[in-house]
Amino acid sequence: MKATQISVFLENKQGRLADVTKVLADNDINIRALFIADTSDFGILRMIVNKPGKAVEILKENQFTVSETDVVAVELEDRPGSLANVLGILNDNKLNVEYLYCFLDTERNVAVDIMRLEDTARAIDVLQNSGVKLLSASDLHEL
Amino acid sequence: MIWNKDIETMPHDRLEQLQLQRLQDTVKRIYEYVPMYKKRLDEAGIGPNSIKTLDDLEKLPFTLKTDLRDNYPFGLFAAPMKDIVRVHASSGTTGKSTVVGYTAKDIETWAELMARTLASAGTTKEDVVHNAYGYGLFTGGLGIHYGGERLGATVIPISGGNTKRQITIMQDFGSTILACTPSYALYIAEVAKEMGIKKGDLKLKAGVFGAEPWSDSMRREIEEKLGILALDIYGLSEIIGPGVAYECPEKNGLHIGEDHFIVEVIDPETGKRLPPGERGELVFTTITKEAIPVIRYRTRDISAVHFEECACGRTVARMDRVTGRTDDMLIIRGVNVFPSQIEHVLMQIDGTEPHYQLVVDRVGQLDVIEVQVEVNEKYFSDEVKLLEAFENKIREELESILNISVGVKLVEPKTIQRSEGKAKRVIDKRNLS
Repeated sequence: MKATQISVFLENKQGRLADVTKVLADNDINIRALFIADTSDFGILRMIVNKPGKAVEILKENQFTVSETDVVAVELEDRPGSLANVLGILNDNKLNVEYLYCFLDTERNVAVDIMRLEDTARAIDVLQNSGVKLLSASDLHEL
Repeated sequence: MIWNKDIETMPHDRLEQLQLQRLQDTVKRIYEYVPMYKKRLDEAGIGPNSIKTLDDLEKLPFTLKTDLRDNYPFGLFAAPMKDIVRVHASSGTTGKSTVVGYTAKDIETWAELMARTLASAGTTKEDVVHNAYGYGLFTGGLGIHYGGERLGATVIPISGGNTKRQITIMQDFGSTILACTPSYALYIAEVAKEMGIKKGDLKLKAGVFGAEPWSDSMRREIEEKLGILALDIYGLSEIIGPGVAYECPEKNGLHIGEDHFIVEVIDPETGKRLPPGERGELVFTTITKEAIPVIRYRTRDISAVHFEECACGRTVARMDRVTGRTDDMLIIRGVNVFPSQIEHVLMQIDGTEPHYQLVVDRVGQLDVIEVQVEVNEKYFSDEVKLLEAFENKIREELESILNISVGVKLVEPKTIQRSEGKAKRVIDKRNLS
């Protein structure tokens, strides 16, 4: 139930983010979620896109530094407490979250949380056994 | 392989006799034909016949790069223009260009020295020399060219630029010896890899690299990436061009063409001669040049000279790899910093690419130095903390070597400008204010 996030190394330079999104747009790749972790001199752009394999290929061709990361995508009801519940489960099982970000799927009225975990395989087991709905890579990309 | 056994392995005392005789001839020549030298020798109380021993060299005045500029273009020539068959000139990026001339005999001498250089790297008549040094007023291209032809090798006068085509030609023509700047050799390796060419696909076996300071770690990088023996060569147009000194496969210093040049090492501050093995500024005196002999030319290059016989059998003096220049040296908050030291540290750290740039600036009264390093694709992580740890590691290693604080900035791969000639490593913004 792993999903694929693509990460791009960006120098803090004017226009770099625009360059990435332009390349993706020109190749008909849709960005589902996007999050930037930044420091004073570089940023890491993290994205969920509809065609991750193609996106990686295209970005590499355009001289971007790209990597693929396994993440877990959790589908939650869009109501107070649902994220707290999931994080509680992870905490009870001593599973550490490296980072997370979320987006709303307004069509289905759900929230999707993208989580990067220290131990992805065990987290998937724990979450599934606790009845949390995980999205597979294909689920995520077909949203 | 030793091209000229008689000279390169001659007992040193006999070589010194030859040097003395040639130095005496040179002093007579400049006294007679070059007004600047006549004036300076007169002022120093030295006549055309004052040189009795090699030690008398120390009484002669230094020649500086500005002397060539002040006498632009042909004022220091010691031969009539009808005997000058070629001129070369520096790019003039730091002032008026320095112009040098060659008689037919000077061109012969130069070709001989370059044949020694190429032979030392194992070049034979069977070899194909891929000459990616720039042709034109710069001495690199034609220097290698004539040396390769003198040796009887096949020379490809490809010059610099158009790297993909260079690699295609290497493949199609079967180039075996590469001649270019060391930074360009690394760039060639990078482009070849992008083209899907593995090191076994090329026939290259050795390379002679010079025209900019480089380090042993950069040598290992070139050797590894291109699968070749990489040797350092040294020269400068004011002395003759490339061919002044060259490494043998022992990699134990560069053998100097002492039958044509006398080498000294001086303290750059006091001008006093330093004993063998001590580091200082290299000074050369040409003793066979006809067109433009130079006396005690201050190169600004920092090195040391050794006189023990090399394991290869050569008896001529050896100079250490040039690690920096007196005028390239950065003084940052009173500390001497050479770009080569930084390069050496970066090469030792897994994950950094050999492409880097130093940016020096002054913030208020304080000098700041930032090292921009390309992050290796393999080491890119989506986690900020890992990249920051990587930055910190580079910073700590640099600070422990340089003893000053250094800013480190990771930049995207392939964003630092690639050079097809001498790499520009330092951007010093302090001079702009």
